[in-house]
Amino acid sequence: MKSLISILDLSTDEILELISTANDIIANPDKYREACRYKKLATLFFEPSTRTRLSFEAAMLELGGSVLGFSEANSSSAAKGESVADTAKTVSCYADIIAMRHFKEGAPYVAAQNATIPVINAGDGGHNHPTQTLADLLTIYREKGGFENITIGFCGDLKFGRTVHSLIQALSRYSGLNVVLISPVELKLPSYIKKDILKENKIPYTQTTSLEEAIPDLDILYMTRVQRERFFNEEDYLRLKDSYILDPPKLKNAKSDLAIMHPLPRVNEISTAIDSDPRACYFKQVLNGKYIRMALILKLLQEAAK
Amino acid sequence: MNIDSIQNGVVIDHITAGSGMKLYDLLGLDKLDCSVAIIKNVTSRKMGKKDIIKIDADIPVDFDIIGFVDPGVTLNIIKDGVRVDKKRVDLPEILTDVIKCKNPRCITSTEQELKHIFKLTDVTHKVYRCVYCETKANL
Repeated sequence: MKSLISILDLSTDEILELISTANDIIANPDKYREACRYKKLATLFFEPSTRTRLSFEAAMLELGGSVLGFSEANSSSAAKGESVADTAKTVSCYADIIAMRHFKEGAPYVAAQNATIPVINAGDGGHNHPTQTLADLLTIYREKGGFENITIGFCGDLKFGRTVHSLIQALSRYSGLNVVLISPVELKLPSYIKKDILKENKIPYTQTTSLEEAIPDLDILYMTRVQRERFFNEEDYLRLKDSYILDPPKLKNAKSDLAIMHPLPRVNEISTAIDSDPRACYFKQVLNGKYIRMALILKLLQEAAK
Repeated sequence: MNIDSIQNGVVIDHITAGSGMKLYDLLGLDKLDCSVAIIKNVTSRKMGKKDIIKIDADIPVDFDIIGFVDPGVTLNIIKDGVRVDKKRVDLPEILTDVIKCKNPRCITSTEQELKHIFKLTDVTHKVYRCVYCETKANL
């Protein structure tokens, strides 16, 4: 693997290797403090994303490396009309590895084709965001001890939620997976994902509109936000919005070891009263995102040095 | 109906009846100076009806376009009036600048110099996806 553009660029063995490195970083942080000394990460963010950029920068700094880059297209050469290919070639002369976020789908792929250093896709429009999926996978692994024989419920906007689609794709390679899709009818998982991923891999799944009915069976609940702008009319939104807000009464019948996840940022879909519940994992997910990015940067730099 | 035999050139045979003109256009055969014959609805034992294209010149033929439009056609290379090679053309793995990505969010929509590349992802259903944004090609 030279670059990471899609989660499917990684084999299941490579994912396990990254998780194992991330776990070792968590257990022995001192061992990695100088691991990327004198190495530079370029964060090329053509579209603002503060949390992803900070996660990458914190990851590189904790490995003893340095960071350079920009956080919006206006402050980059793209504003002058430079192509992604030329930007990638130029930055290859300054840095050792690139993390790129771009509003156009496929831009990091173009960068990877033209750069002489590894490129990590830090999100390209509504398309891929593989390091978010890796953060989700590390969280599931640490909370559940693996990916097999789990029942995971996805709740909220399953139609446009790119993190949901990628995580389903990544988990579909493991056995014993059960999927529960909880959403309003308007925001159901697209049929091509059901057909190409769930049915193709013979993964049992159920669809429901009721979070309360689904919750007792779940090992993991992956929450997403139901956004007002996704509805055709305000009435439907107002009727449904509270059904998908997780609060203490809805957790009444949940398993004691349920893991509650959310890609963040949240607005109101998880009540802050849940934050102190030991089952809440969404801030652990943020921390895991930093550790898995550290593992990924290390792996890509090691492979580039070969 | 008689069509003269060609001396040096290419005969594209076993074209699905009705696809001959589409191939003619996509291959840019209208730009050639040599004789080009499109024979439509020829009786065929295997196919019932088929189209045939005869090109009376030794020109390079884009196999990808042929395989994409009509997988299963046969290419016969003619030298000095004799068939010297026969190839069956199947669906190409990669299509470069044959079709365009129509996804407005794709990087190809803003960066004009990028080649439009599609990859065959499902042979059975003839599904091609853009290598940049993975959008399914509308064929």
